[in-house]
Amino acid sequence: MAILRLALHSLLNRRFTALLTLLSIALSVALLLGVERIRSEARASFASTLSGTDLIVGARTGPVPLMLYSVFRIGNATNNISWQSYEEIAAMPRVAWTVPLSLGDSHRGFPVLGTSRAYFDHYRYGRDKPLQLAKGERFTDLYDAVLGAEVAAKLGYRLGDAIILAHGASDVSFARHDNKPFRVVGILERTGTPVDRSVHVSLEAIEAIHLGWEGGAPLRGLDIDAERARHMDLTPKAITAALVGLDSRIATFAVQRAINEYPQEPLLAVMPGVALSELWSVIGLAENALLVISACVVLVGLIGMLTALLIGLEGRRRELAILRSLGARPAQLFGLIIGEALLLTLLGMLLGLMLLSALLTLGQPLIEAQLGLHLGLGTPGPREWLLLSAVLATGLLVGLIPGWRAYRLSLSNGLSLRL
Amino acid sequence: MNPIIALSELRFRWRAQGPETLRIDALEVAAGERLFVEGPSGSGKSTLLGLLAGVNQPQQGRIQVLGERLDQLSPTARDRFRADHIGYLFQLFNLIPYLGILDNLTLPARFSRHRRARALARSPSLIAEAKRLLTHLDLDLDLDQRALARQAVSELSIGQQQRVAAARALFGSPALLIADEPTSSLDADRRRAFLELLFAECAEMGSTLIFVSHDASLEGLFDRTLRLQELNQATGRSGPTARQRAAPVAQAQAAQAPAAQAQAVLAQAPEASAALTAK
Repeated sequence: MAILRLALHSLLNRRFTALLTLLSIALSVALLLGVERIRSEARASFASTLSGTDLIVGARTGPVPLMLYSVFRIGNATNNISWQSYEEIAAMPRVAWTVPLSLGDSHRGFPVLGTSRAYFDHYRYGRDKPLQLAKGERFTDLYDAVLGAEVAAKLGYRLGDAIILAHGASDVSFARHDNKPFRVVGILERTGTPVDRSVHVSLEAIEAIHLGWEGGAPLRGLDIDAERARHMDLTPKAITAALVGLDSRIATFAVQRAINEYPQEPLLAVMPGVALSELWSVIGLAENALLVISACVVLVGLIGMLTALLIGLEGRRRELAILRSLGARPAQLFGLIIGEALLLTLLGMLLGLMLLSALLTLGQPLIEAQLGLHLGLGTPGPREWLLLSAVLATGLLVGLIPGWRAYRLSLSNGLSLRL
Repeated sequence: MNPIIALSELRFRWRAQGPETLRIDALEVAAGERLFVEGPSGSGKSTLLGLLAGVNQPQQGRIQVLGERLDQLSPTARDRFRADHIGYLFQLFNLIPYLGILDNLTLPARFSRHRRARALARSPSLIAEAKRLLTHLDLDLDLDQRALARQAVSELSIGQQQRVAAARALFGSPALLIADEPTSSLDADRRRAFLELLFAECAEMGSTLIFVSHDASLEGLFDRTLRLQELNQATGRSGPTARQRAAPVAQAQAAQAPAAQAQAVLAQAPEASAALTAK
């Protein structure tokens, strides 16, 4: 105890270097924990992109690509599902509901999703949270659009604004469906999922804007205006994918097999949870790399402490000799230096936690608005405790080096005060 | 009366293959004695003090202090022995810079329960004992407890620092006080005053004093003088300091030429104790 008290006083005496060391440890610990918190939050938010849906059905491909284009709206489907197959799946026993998804168009870089009104009832995210309208209502008219929160915020749309959809992902003049403008009738609450970046219209609207576009571009002389389209048959011929809900979870495998073995068309049904974790194992690599880098930053911080302690030791030989003359054992002098390393690491970690909390408190609204990530302030989770103990253990290990040197010095120099 | 220190057939070298630094056939110090150890640098003073304090261990011979065979104790036991029974005073900068006066002074009580108990036997509290010692050593400080606790040792003059250091060495009445040239940084007047205060306090505590110096003018104040250069019969004498280790052998021998002559004379009179000029 006497030794720890000495360590504290000695640190206070060298408060300038100690403070700098403390600061570098605190910053690196704050970075490490911040990365870990963003990582776990991103993972949780990723895993909860889609819930309440039992199966996602699309043309035969891999589970990850199907997930990517149908839920995350990244990339394009290579094949569609025919409307007939969709209707037959909807009629399968144990299938409680289905929601069609039709993708391929965009609006100023944001994907356009053609779907049914049932989408707003059955799409769930997080812990079974339904979509909520922040303003307005669901689409009713053929040319109504409901915007995700980010689309509305980024492009500054309000209810009643007119928007033009574009064919495909690129928004160039010759590929615009500019003869059929849409009206914004609803804006969704922020969800932190790809829904925020989507423009939702009815399946029929997707059909309507593509009348005369069968070749992928408007055919000359076949220009059908918005009003005429209303009176035509707008039943879709194909959709991109479908969300399927069952009346019992137990039926999942049976229905999945039935769809995968569907004789008329090569289809694929995946369970969202399985596909999401498979997808995460790919994306997670980058997150791990980030964590490794921040762990290296912590190591650099601790090596800074090592340098400070080793340099400090050179000027403290006299102090060590005095303590020796008072009866301090070499082991106690070892403890004195280790104690300083321990105090610095502990205080650095504490300061780092405080720094992170302060940063999160200040940055929370911005992070939530920009990334849709909700970073909780609460106490550190089990993984964070694990990281903190790893930092402490490393600090202790680093302290062993100057501690050992003090031990050797006190043995070889004894009471002689040579410098 | 039993001697407080008894050395016999002592041999010491810093490294196993290195030259012999110290060879003392016999030395005894009586309890309560004030012994002046005189010798130029390189005569083995630091080595002898290190051996008496139990920091160094001889390759051969007996070191008995307070009836305890230091040469047979484990390093930890020797450290505890030093904490309990020996007060040590350095030449300069004796105080821990980051502790206040009071914390510096009461350090021996932190390392030894024994000395804590003896300090408390003299005064009602450690602080009271610290103040008593400071007053006795004529330290003109503001003895208000808080100021004393807070005042940094660096604010003291060299003379004041040495007196605080002496008070610390005497804290908890150690049986043996070892002082390694503690007055060399003081001017002549202060040197004498400091010594008188030290003597008075040693007498009151019943501590034996071993005082090392190369300043022969102080010799007269002590009970006995020990000329280490004559007592130490080591062949390859060289102190533990880097400066001396680096010095060329020839030069070192030249510097020690008079000493070698003295030894030659002594060799004819094998009584090593003749080197002790009794007073």
